[in-house]
Amino acid sequence: MSHNKETLREIVIETAGVNPRKCMKCGKCSATCPAYDEMEYHPHQFVSMVEAGKIEELMNSKSIWMCLSCFACVERCPRGVEPASFIEAARLALIRQQGKNHLKAEDVPAKLNDKLPGQAIVSAFRKYSK
Amino acid sequence: MQVEKKEFKPTIVAFCCNWCSYAGADLSGTNRLNYPANVKIIRVPCSCRVNPMFVLRAFQRGADGVIICGCHPGDCHYTTGNYYARRRMTLLFSMLDFLGIERDRTRLEWVSAAEGAKFAKTMNEFVEAVTKLGENKRLEDLRCKKQ
Amino acid sequence: MQRIGVFVCWCGSNIAGTVDVHKVAEALKSEPGVVIATQYQYMCSEAGQTLIKDAIRDHKLTGIVVCSCSPRMHEATFRKTAAAAGLNPYMVEIANIREQCSWIHKDMEVGTEKAIILGRAAIAKVHLNAPLVAGESPVVKRALVIGGGIAGIQTALDIADAGFPVDIVETKPTIGGKMAQIDKTFPTLDCAACILTPKMVDAAQHDKINIYAYSEVAEVKGFVGNFSVKIKQKARMVDPVKCTGCGLCVEKCPMKKVPNEFNLGMDKRSAIYIPFAQAVPKVATIDPTACLKMKTGKCGLCATVCEAGAIDYTQQDSFIEEKYGAIVVATGYNPINLDQFDEFAYNQSPDVVTSLEFERLTNAAGPTAGTLLRPSDGKHPHTLVFVQCVGSRCDGAEKGKSYCSKICCMYTAKHAMLCREKYPDTEVYVFYIDVRTPGKNFDEFYRRAVEEYGVKYIKGMVGKVAPQADGSLLVQASDLIEGEQLKIKADMVVLAAAIEPDQSARPLATMLTASMDTNDFFTEAHPKLRPVESPTAGVFLSGCCQGPKDIPETVSQASGAAAKVIGLLVKDSLTCNPCVAHSDELMCNGCSACEKVCPYGAITYQDKEFRMPDRTTAIRRVASVNPAVCQGCGACTVACPSGAMDLNGFSNSQIMAEVDAICK
Repeated sequence: MSHNKETLREIVIETAGVNPRKCMKCGKCSATCPAYDEMEYHPHQFVSMVEAGKIEELMNSKSIWMCLSCFACVERCPRGVEPASFIEAARLALIRQQGKNHLKAEDVPAKLNDKLPGQAIVSAFRKYSK
Repeated sequence: MQVEKKEFKPTIVAFCCNWCSYAGADLSGTNRLNYPANVKIIRVPCSCRVNPMFVLRAFQRGADGVIICGCHPGDCHYTTGNYYARRRMTLLFSMLDFLGIERDRTRLEWVSAAEGAKFAKTMNEFVEAVTKLGENKRLEDLRCKKQ
Repeated sequence: MQRIGVFVCWCGSNIAGTVDVHKVAEALKSEPGVVIATQYQYMCSEAGQTLIKDAIRDHKLTGIVVCSCSPRMHEATFRKTAAAAGLNPYMVEIANIREQCSWIHKDMEVGTEKAIILGRAAIAKVHLNAPLVAGESPVVKRALVIGGGIAGIQTALDIADAGFPVDIVETKPTIGGKMAQIDKTFPTLDCAACILTPKMVDAAQHDKINIYAYSEVAEVKGFVGNFSVKIKQKARMVDPVKCTGCGLCVEKCPMKKVPNEFNLGMDKRSAIYIPFAQAVPKVATIDPTACLKMKTGKCGLCATVCEAGAIDYTQQDSFIEEKYGAIVVATGYNPINLDQFDEFAYNQSPDVVTSLEFERLTNAAGPTAGTLLRPSDGKHPHTLVFVQCVGSRCDGAEKGKSYCSKICCMYTAKHAMLCREKYPDTEVYVFYIDVRTPGKNFDEFYRRAVEEYGVKYIKGMVGKVAPQADGSLLVQASDLIEGEQLKIKADMVVLAAAIEPDQSARPLATMLTASMDTNDFFTEAHPKLRPVESPTAGVFLSGCCQGPKDIPETVSQASGAAAKVIGLLVKDSLTCNPCVAHSDELMCNGCSACEKVCPYGAITYQDKEFRMPDRTTAIRRVASVNPAVCQGCGACTVACPSGAMDLNGFSNSQIMAEVDAICK
C-alpha cells in the first residue's frame, strides 16, 4: 500500500526530524554541495519540495542517490534545516514502501547461508516488510 | 418525577493585570463582545501581584473558577512579572489538581490590550468549562456559604 | 468605620440602558459604611463632579466609590475631584460598570445584578483604603552618557544645548566610535569623517560637556533623578591637560609593531599612540602591554622628547564619583567574531575581510591610504565577491545571530558601487538572500548599484571559499534563479558580518538594573511607544545598544533620548507613584526573597535595632523599599514568605476583600 501525498510528507518530515518551514531560501546548501552538478533536484529544492509535499517526485529522482551524505549542507545551513536529513528520509520512505523490495518468507530458505549473519535476515524483514 | 432544576451559574473570579488584560477586557466591552455576567474582574497592577492565597480564598468563599490574565510573555509592563505569575500558578494549579480542584477550574491566559475578542472568547470558553464541572464543593468553606 | 459615598453614573444610556442605576444606588445604600448613594446622568461632567464634591463636604465622606466607566478612562478625573474637595485622591475607587458590565450584557436584570456586585467589591476595597501621599524626590541636573560614538555625541550635544551639564564616558582613548572608522555613508555617499569630526569638536568645545575618554563606568547606585556613579579613568600614562597632541612622541617611539586597532589590525602603530588624526581628546596614550619602558624599564624616549612634560609612567587608574539625574546608554555594537564560520576562510586568507575592514581599506586615512589593495600582496584586485548575511539570520544553527543586522544590505551596496566607480575594471558580485532596503532613498541606491554601476547581484549564498595556490580565492556559490552552482575565481572576498552589542553592555545592564533581551540588546520600556527609554526609570537608550541601526536612525534615537532626558532634568523634583510596596519591618525576616524578584533593584537591606519583647534590643536585617524606584508591580509581595511585603493601593487585605465581595 502506498501512502497518500500528505501522509508521505508527514512521514518524511518526521523521519528527518527537522522543519522545512525554517528554510529562508538562501541556497547555502546548494552552494556548498559537492554533488550539485550530478543532481536533477538540488539540496535547496529538496527542502521546498518536501514542504510542498512533492515527495513522490523526490523519491523517483536519481538525485537522492547522488547525495554523498557528506553533511556539508547540514553543517553550513544557517537555519538548522538539514537538507541531507530530508534526502535520507526520502530514501528510507522509498525502501520502506510495502510491496517493494519485499523479502518474502518463502524466499528465505534459499538465501540462508552459513556466512550470512542471522541478524541480517531479521533486519531485512524489519526493514522491508513493514 | 420531574425536579425543576435551577440553571447553574458559576461564580468566576478573573484577576486582570492593569496594563494588558484589564485594557483587553475594556476593549471587549467597547466592541460590545458578549461574555457571561458570572465573570467578575479584579484589577491588579500585574499578574505577578496575584498571590496564590487570593486564588485559594476565592475557592474557599465559593468561587467555581478562577482565571488570571496577564500580558503576553515578553510584553510585561514590569518586564518579568508575568513569568513569575506563570511559575507560581503552574505550581498552584497542579497542587489544586492534586487536592481535587479540576484543572478546568483554573486558568492562566495571556491577553493583550488589543485582544478584546480573545478576552471575550477566553471568558466564554472558561465559563462553559466551569459550568460543565458544576459547583465547586471541594474547597468551599461551608461556614461562608450563604443560606 | 469609613463614611463612604457611592455615585452611580448613567453615562447617558451607555450604562442606564442595560443597568438599572436607581436599583444599583438603592442596593448599595444598604452596604455597611455607605452614608450616601446616588446616581446622575454624567458623573464626569462639571455638574456631576460638583455633586461629588458637595457630597464629600456635606456628608464628611472619607471614601468614595464611583460606579462608572473604566478606571483607565476617568480614575484620574475623579481623584482630582476628590482632591479638590479635600479628600485624599487615593480614597477613590471605581467600579467599572460600563466596559465590563453594561456594554457586554444585554439583559437588564443580569447587568443590574452584576453592577451591584461590582459596586460591593469596590466598597469593600475602599473600606481598607488608606490615604496615600505621593512622595517627591529631587533631581540632580546633570546627565551621564555612556559611550562616545555618534549616538552618545548627539545625545550629549542635545542635552548640553538645552543647558544641562553632560558627562560622556568613553572606553577608548577617543570619542567617535564606529562612525569614525567608516569611509562613506549611504545613501548620499558623503564622507563620514567630514560630518562626524565637526560634531566631535563641538562636543569637546561645549562648555556643558565633559568627556571622560579612556574611562569606564565602575559602579552605579541610586535611582532616577539621583544616580551616583563611580567612573574609572584608566591610566594612559600621559597627562591629558599637559599633552598638546603634537605627535612627536608617536613619531619617536621605537616600538612600532603593535597591531593598530583603529585599522582593525591591518597595519601597525607605535606603543604610544593617538588613534587617528582627528581624535578627541587629542591626547597620546601609552599601551602598557607594548611600551618598552613599562615592560622592561628601559627606553623613556617619549618622556625625553615631550616638550610639555606630559608623560608620566607612574600614573595609576583613578576614580571619580559624580551624581546624575539621568543616564543614557549608548554602548554601540561590534561585528561578530567569524572564527566559527570557517567555510568562508576568514582566518585562512588575509584577502577575506569583513566589511568594516573593507571600510578601512577604502578610507584615505586607512592602511592603504585609500587605494584598494589586496592585504596579502598589495596588488590591485580584479574580482570581488561580497557575501551578505554572514552570521545574521541564523536561527536553529549553533553559530551566528537570529536577527537581521539591518545595515549590511545598504553598506554592501555602497561598497560594491564605490568599487565599480573607482575601479571600473573590477568585477563585483554580491551574493544575497534578500535585499532589504526600507529607508528613504535606500532602494533607489541599491538599484543604482545594479543599473548604473553593473554590480552583479546574485540570489544565493556562498557555500565555500577556498584559498588557491596561486593566491586567488575559489568561491563556490549557488545562483538560485539560474539554478546553477557557480565557481568564481576571486581576488578578494568581503563578508558582511552580523553585528552584536558591545561586550560592555551586559555588565553595565546589571549595574543599571536595566533589562536586556537574549541577544544582549537593551530592551525598551515599550517597543512602540517608549522606544528610547529603558524600563528602569531614569535610564535611556541611544543607538545600537537597543538594536541594529544605521546612522540616521541612531541620530534620531539619540535626539529622542536627549529630549526625554531634558524632560526629566528640567523638573526640580519627581512625584513618585504612591502605590508602591512597603515592608513591615517587624515581620520581615531578611530572607532576600523579595530582592531577587524585584526587576528594578528597589529593595535593599538594612540592619536595624529592634526592641525585643524581653526589653533587650537586637539587630535584625530587614528589607526596605525605595519608593522612588519601586514601580508597584507587586512581585515582591507574593514572593515574601512571611507576608511582610504589601503593596499600597492593592494590599493583600484589599484584594481579599474584593474576592469576598464577589464570591458572597
